Amino acid sequence: MSNKSSVEPITQQYVIPGTDFTRAGEASSKVKTILKRLGYDPDAIRRVAIAMYEGEINMVIHAHGGTAKVEIFPDRVEIALCDQGPGISDVSKAMEEGYSTAPDEVRALGFGAGMGLPNMKKCSDDMRVHSIIGKGTDVYMTIRVRGTGN
Amino acid sequence: MTVKTLSELLECNCIAGHGGLERPVTGGYIGDFLSWVMGRAEENSAWITVMGNINAVAVALLADVSCIILCDSAPLDEDARLRAEENDIPVLTSSQTAFALALSLGRALGRC
Repeated sequence: MSNKSSVEPITQQYVIPGTDFTRAGEASSKVKTILKRLGYDPDAIRRVAIAMYEGEINMVIHAHGGTAKVEIFPDRVEIALCDQGPGISDVSKAMEEGYSTAPDEVRALGFGAGMGLPNMKKCSDDMRVHSIIGKGTDVYMTIRVRGTGN
Repeated sequence: MTVKTLSELLECNCIAGHGGLERPVTGGYIGDFLSWVMGRAEENSAWITVMGNINAVAVALLADVSCIILCDSAPLDEDARLRAEENDIPVLTSSQTAFALALSLGRALGRC
């Protein structure tokens, strides 16, 4: 753990409603607005927004919603996404581009291309997935603000 | 180039998000799967798609594309139109195909 963690973060918590695709993205939009207001680097803001939106969508598709905790530090943003869904049976498989278990009605909306977790990994500087079948999935992502020398 | 100029060159109609017409356009992306767009489209791209739902507007907002161009006269859902208005995401429509629009976009940007 870096000693930079001693800096008090700005913490935001959100409940991600399940099965409501029209509201998915609200939490990500709010975080994006906060980061913009704080003057964060646009590249970091974009990566946070995409990573978090993919996570929101995953929780809506697969887990009937969940919670998102976002901690904003000067040099990084840490996102914890937690759900009590069915869990991921093969995390490494789920990390492969194109692998999806999303149902057809979700695909009709434009989701379910099997790019969610890969996009989250691509946007993050560090990502950990803890999943227990029948209990749920926790995803922890760290997005560093590049160009700060940290 | 601004979205407004591009819209005129491509003979599109802007049906939502007029507040974002001065946004710059520096590239393009074609696709209907939203995660592909988020993973591949560059910032300030004009995004050509048939996906006119509220999630497409959320993607445009979060991925910082400059506008959505609905090709083949694809419709825009009413809740999507309202979200685009709220967030100044320009939504353009055209009866042209994605291929034809991409060619025109490429010419307008001096890429072909």
